[in-house]
Amino acid sequence: MMVGNFSKAISIESVSGTGISIRGSDIDTDQIIPARYLKAITFEGLGEFAFRDVRFQSDGEEIPHPFNDELYRDASILVVNSNFGCGSSREHAPQALMRWGIKAVIGESFAEIFSGNCLALGVPVIEMNQEKIEKLQEWVDSTPSGEIVINIVNQTMGYNGEIIEVKIPDSHSKALVEGIWDTTSLLKSNPDEVRRISKSIPYIK
Amino acid sequence: MSERTLYDKVWDHHKVRELPNGQDQLFVGLHLIHEVTSPQAFSMMREKGMDVPYPELTHATVDHIIPTLDQSRPFKDDAAEKMMAELESNVASANIKFSGPESGNQGIVHVVGPEQGLTQPGMTIVCGDSHTSTHGAFGSLAFGIGTTQIRDVLATQTIALGRQRVRRIEVKNELGEHVTAKDIILTIIRYLGTDGGVGHVYEYGGETISKLNMEGRMSICNMSVEGGARAGYINPDETTYTWLKHTDAFKDNLEDFERLKLYWESIKSDENAKYDDVFEIDCDEIEPMITWGTTPGQSIGISERIPDPESLPQGKQENAIRAQKHMRVTPGDKMEGYEIDVAFIGSCTNSRITDLREAAKIIEGETVSQNVRAMVVPGSQRVKIVAETEGLDKIFVAAGFEWRSAGCSMCLAMNEDQLVGGEACASSSNRNFIGRQGSKDGRTILMSPAMVAAAAIEGKIADVRKL
Repeated sequence: MMVGNFSKAISIESVSGTGISIRGSDIDTDQIIPARYLKAITFEGLGEFAFRDVRFQSDGEEIPHPFNDELYRDASILVVNSNFGCGSSREHAPQALMRWGIKAVIGESFAEIFSGNCLALGVPVIEMNQEKIEKLQEWVDSTPSGEIVINIVNQTMGYNGEIIEVKIPDSHSKALVEGIWDTTSLLKSNPDEVRRISKSIPYIK
Repeated sequence: MSERTLYDKVWDHHKVRELPNGQDQLFVGLHLIHEVTSPQAFSMMREKGMDVPYPELTHATVDHIIPTLDQSRPFKDDAAEKMMAELESNVASANIKFSGPESGNQGIVHVVGPEQGLTQPGMTIVCGDSHTSTHGAFGSLAFGIGTTQIRDVLATQTIALGRQRVRRIEVKNELGEHVTAKDIILTIIRYLGTDGGVGHVYEYGGETISKLNMEGRMSICNMSVEGGARAGYINPDETTYTWLKHTDAFKDNLEDFERLKLYWESIKSDENAKYDDVFEIDCDEIEPMITWGTTPGQSIGISERIPDPESLPQGKQENAIRAQKHMRVTPGDKMEGYEIDVAFIGSCTNSRITDLREAAKIIEGETVSQNVRAMVVPGSQRVKIVAETEGLDKIFVAAGFEWRSAGCSMCLAMNEDQLVGGEACASSSNRNFIGRQGSKDGRTILMSPAMVAAAAIEGKIADVRKL
């Protein structure tokens, strides 16, 4: 969609779907997508390798893991604990989750590069405190088909008949709702201004 | 009186405008790219018919997938060859300078930028790699970015970013014998946590930092991201300027050097700059550090005992139990004496010439334990040549180390250099995540290069001060 002089992405005002819990703090992007799957020049096909090494033994045998559980195969809302997505800046991590089917991530806290990468893909990253997260994880574990509705505009989340306040950084919620989360066209809309600023920077020739 | 930090000043110099989402559009002074995270950005641009308006501000090298043993083309690994060819084609068509293997300038991107003088104070620097924080050692604002943001930078030379808080980390007192910059940063992460820096940029300063050489400063800034801080920086000083004066950028161009020095001096944090908070660290209390777990925050001094998970804050307990099981360690034991199978000296944290010199000093005249395979992977082709001129390669090889070519190598095991099965590796790298070194059962113990050298000789984790 063209608005003014840049084209917008789609507006994301809400996300709904069933949940899936991954427990543990400091889950790093090497765990989300091991480095050997980065040996490619596209992101295609990454979905099936999400959490690969915690889902399968070296000999290919399955390890019990929510991403292996048929009950959660259609889940789209990932519920995690603290500092999720730490480590490597690889966008392959949110790409793998998104391509597996994840449309939003709710957690106690997120590593900064990871949450920025999620936003760039239009995957909302939502924060709640530890107590609320654990309660939600327990419910997701016992209610695989239970619907979760995230409202980006009101910064709320509804499940099990309850509406809970959540935290979404203002810049993220604005970008999602106004459809400006795909920043390339936005940043491309003022080349003259960029050129002018570049000339004022002492080290730019 | 101004109360601004370097962060504030550099940010404001590069701010183009405030974006409708509340973030700022920042001009990017230096964009570094490599073969793993850039190809998808180039293909997205091709699809949309976008070109690269500022190719002179981007610089490429190849590091993650490059073999360190046989670099002849085509690479034996088809996937690696394909990535290399794609990078070569992308940089050629966009007219981007490439420090490739044939240039003699290839190496780990965070070694290459500083050694060529591409990295300078007061710059905004981005790269599709989380350890871009390394470049903050020169007083630049340097951030790791994802591939979609790489596309933003290639297409516009700008990035959308929200302002962070600035935490001052004041480091005081002398470092003890064989205590290094690596031990300082491991201690900081141990106390502030792997997520302590989220939303923050770390400014490192104080008497100890002032006395560190540039390599040490880079090791510290490099691992800022392991503490959750997307960037870390050190105000530039004479040590910084001396380094820069000898780089390609300035060695034949003193006029530019003198002119830019005025800018570099102007962006230093004001004496009474305001920080969001301040954390102090006393080097009198730091000894050589090693990790016992599977995050860089799970570390202790070499003479300390592995903590009982129950003694840790509640949020850290479950992870500690899991980590100790993976590492096969017992609370109450020391890491000293923990048997290793592999010793790795390399990575963007510790593969520079001073790192190799420190390790060589320990290795000289000694022999690598017969149970250990040991390798040194210099950070760049230039580092390798300097080391060879000094005869360091002979010292390593005589002791039983393999002397390899430059690349990321076993830090993240995207080439042939990998752990096998449950091997334990004494490593000078930056991440001990499960699976990081190429085997999901592999065990990584992070430490300084001198401590890796000591472990290689003993065949187990050892206190380098006791050798």
